Amino acid sequence: MLRVEARAQLGAFSLEVALETAPGRCLALAGPSGAGKTSVLRVVAGLVHPEQGRVSCGEELWLDTAAGVDLPPERRRCGYVFQEYALFPHLRAWQNVAYPLRGLARPERRRRALELLERFGVAHLADARPRTLSGGERQRVSVARALARRPAALLLDEPLSALDARTRASAGRALAAVLRETGVPALLVTHDFTEAALLGDRVGVIDGGRVVQEGSAAELAASPASSFVADFTGAVVLTGTARPGTDGLTHVVLDGGGSVSSTDSGDGPVAVSIYPWEISLAPGDALPSGSAQNHLPVEVISVTAVGNRIRVGLAAPQPLSAEITDASVHQLALEPGARAIATWKATATRLVSR
Amino acid sequence: MRNRGWFPVGLVAALTVILCFLTLPIVAIFVDTGPLDLLSSLGEDGALEALRLSLTCSAIAVGLIVVVGTPAAYLLATRRFRGRAALVTLIELPLVLPPAVAGIGLLAALGPNGVLGGVVEDAGIELVLTTAGVILALTFVAAPFYLRQAQSAFEALDRTWLEASRTLGATEARTFLRVAIPTAGPGLISGLALAWGRALGEFGATLMFAGSFRGVTQTAPLAIYERFSTDFTGALALSAVLVAVSAALLLSVKLLSGSVWLGGAAR
Repeated sequence: MLRVEARAQLGAFSLEVALETAPGRCLALAGPSGAGKTSVLRVVAGLVHPEQGRVSCGEELWLDTAAGVDLPPERRRCGYVFQEYALFPHLRAWQNVAYPLRGLARPERRRRALELLERFGVAHLADARPRTLSGGERQRVSVARALARRPAALLLDEPLSALDARTRASAGRALAAVLRETGVPALLVTHDFTEAALLGDRVGVIDGGRVVQEGSAAELAASPASSFVADFTGAVVLTGTARPGTDGLTHVVLDGGGSVSSTDSGDGPVAVSIYPWEISLAPGDALPSGSAQNHLPVEVISVTAVGNRIRVGLAAPQPLSAEITDASVHQLALEPGARAIATWKATATRLVSR
Repeated sequence: MRNRGWFPVGLVAALTVILCFLTLPIVAIFVDTGPLDLLSSLGEDGALEALRLSLTCSAIAVGLIVVVGTPAAYLLATRRFRGRAALVTLIELPLVLPPAVAGIGLLAALGPNGVLGGVVEDAGIELVLTTAGVILALTFVAAPFYLRQAQSAFEALDRTWLEASRTLGATEARTFLRVAIPTAGPGLISGLALAWGRALGEFGATLMFAGSFRGVTQTAPLAIYERFSTDFTGALALSAVLVAVSAALLLSVKLLSGSVWLGGAAR
């Protein structure tokens, strides 16, 4: 269990957070730039020193300002993946990965480094210099390097944002697998809620140096605590398997049941994203009509007012949320437990391969 | 031909003037000295000795500067503290100091009647009018050249490289040795070349602090000056050798910095 509490004044900006994440679980901190996400990682790694704070990882105490404990970064067993990956430019890829492996003979260090690179499918780049690698390749080398030290916790700063859209999906998939396999607590920060939803078991929305809401991505989307969270969460994300249809649309069978159509193309595992304000609700017994292609029977889980609109949390059975007016909520008598039909257009359904 | 306007022509003219002005004296040295003169002047008493003394003293001075200057420059580049700007200015002051003033200053500080003269004498060290004095004078005038260059080389490093090294289990000392120095390498080497060039050409401070005794403190520039009044051709020949040695040194240092790692500091 990685536990972090910190209070710090960093320039004109104050940071005040308390969070924890369990082994094998990933807590994704999502927020706009300048929200203090990276500062949290730097506090954990020991690269900045908060006025007050306590950081512990399992049995190890890394920081306790009250007890005068403050281990230097090299004694905190953190695997830190930096935003631009921070690979050492004067070392080859394998030497970067072998950098933390000390006290071993050179052939052994190289063997271990190659093993890690192999795991990320980049063993053939072992002798390349970082500047000759593509963004995706650098990301893999960087994650391999962070794992070489067998870290007690993983810290990832925007691990996908330096990648182009094409690479991002496969890199995200690989990273999600790594986070599951390593079995250490992971803390990830990102400015992209969709990324947080895909990689984090839980998501904390951070703004102005504070975690304003924490929960599963679906919980945050379904019942945001503030209009900031509502705006930030943006699209709802469902997972499923896509298959091109004969009608020019792509049909996606959702994990857990139900199917939807999209005008985006896709084949195989995909993430389906829809904005809550694109989804309308109809009474559970009404026959679908109009041009919308997607109709999903849902159960109402929560009804939350966000400013002058209402977020309705739904189970389809995957979590989903719709944003409608107060008048509609009354008209449809929506309350937790009620059944309804969620309807939206195939053109409002975005697919990202997973 | 296309009319390119007057400005590019002006730029080319400026460069041409500079090039002529800066290279003419160097070319003249070689034009005036025949290859035979060159060889015979080297055979002369004291010429080779002066050259050897120049090379040894400047090499030792540059060695001292690099060993002490590199960590000092790293500290200045990576830490922010009160009075840092004033400190940097103090260190750069010898850059603008006239060599004669530097010589007087060294005498006032370390000479027999100087501020620390007693301490030096008690330690049994003789500096004034000795080879050690030459090394000291060279170190004094050349150090700022290296420090300045090293500091800016370290400042230009991506801080996340240093931080990544720490999170990968390296102490600050190991980070300095394994990441900061290699990545700042090209900048450090060009600073070294500048300092070495300055040390090889040093004249005024050496003359005032260490004197000009053949075989002991008479470096190549001092030997050239001594000959200048009696044997102009000899002075010219020795100058030509010094130019050739300096140029060879500068060139080999540049080649070395190119091969340290073929990345260049600026990713």
